[in-house]
Amino acid sequence: MHAAVLVFPGSNCDRDLAVALERAGARVSMVWHKDTALPEGTDLVAIPGGFSFGDYLRCGAIAANSPICRSVVAHADRGGYALGICNGFQVLTETGLLPGVLLRNAGLKYICKAVALRVETADSPYTAGYAPGSTITVPIAHHDGNYFADPDTLDRLRGDDRVAFRYVDNPNGSVDDIAGILSQNRRVLGMMPHPERMAEPLHGGTDGAALFEGLVAQVVPA
Amino acid sequence: MKARVQVMLKDGVLDPQGEAVRHALGSLGFEGVEGVRQGKVIELDLDETDPEAARAKVNEMCEKLLANTVIESYAVEVG
Repeated sequence: MHAAVLVFPGSNCDRDLAVALERAGARVSMVWHKDTALPEGTDLVAIPGGFSFGDYLRCGAIAANSPICRSVVAHADRGGYALGICNGFQVLTETGLLPGVLLRNAGLKYICKAVALRVETADSPYTAGYAPGSTITVPIAHHDGNYFADPDTLDRLRGDDRVAFRYVDNPNGSVDDIAGILSQNRRVLGMMPHPERMAEPLHGGTDGAALFEGLVAQVVPA
Repeated sequence: MKARVQVMLKDGVLDPQGEAVRHALGSLGFEGVEGVRQGKVIELDLDETDPEAARAKVNEMCEKLLANTVIESYAVEVG
């Protein structure tokens, strides 16, 4: 599998994400935000955490309108895979590839800690490596992770089994405890927690590794 | 020509920052503040001279970038 990790000014999880993908067996290219095209043969676009463009205007809003993101939208529209973690999730909602938005945490504080997540569905390439209903521990590190969507959108997400992860103990006020959601075709995942920071023993746990391993095993070229 | 865009969270979207400001006002002794909503103002300098054309252009900017219409509403003043 060929993964393209996007790099914006202010991205700070890009290398961690690349390492996690490589450990799982992916070939990784780093792609600068001013590039207009993804590398030939890109199967997965991975949008890392960080503070792209200093979180100016709204988290992810400037990045979502950068040259490379036009290619990301086209990639997803033709059935390509895209994974957005933390700031990457915010970018995906700002592009419209995923519904809803991430608001300021309900407690107004930046939160950096390991949290328990419930895997709500195994029906996606990202969650196929987990038993549905299982609980995993993955860190969060965000100020704006409070997921919000209107009631119709939430009904659709729930009805189509598109909630990938829920917080066991909601840290940020997210509606319906939502930590990660899938696109309609289940090939785009956005999540606030950082599986790439829990992907090898030195991290203190490896619960995040199955996401990348499952993905590499499942992805068929777009 | 100048344009001024006011972006506010829509009614029904919780505004934790506004709530924090409301609490702070209360603790300073300002009583009777029943609600606070915090938004932002964006000022633009445009080379456009026709007000209607300017307004149309700024509306498009709001839809595409300046506001996230999932949660935010916007108002444009031109002139």
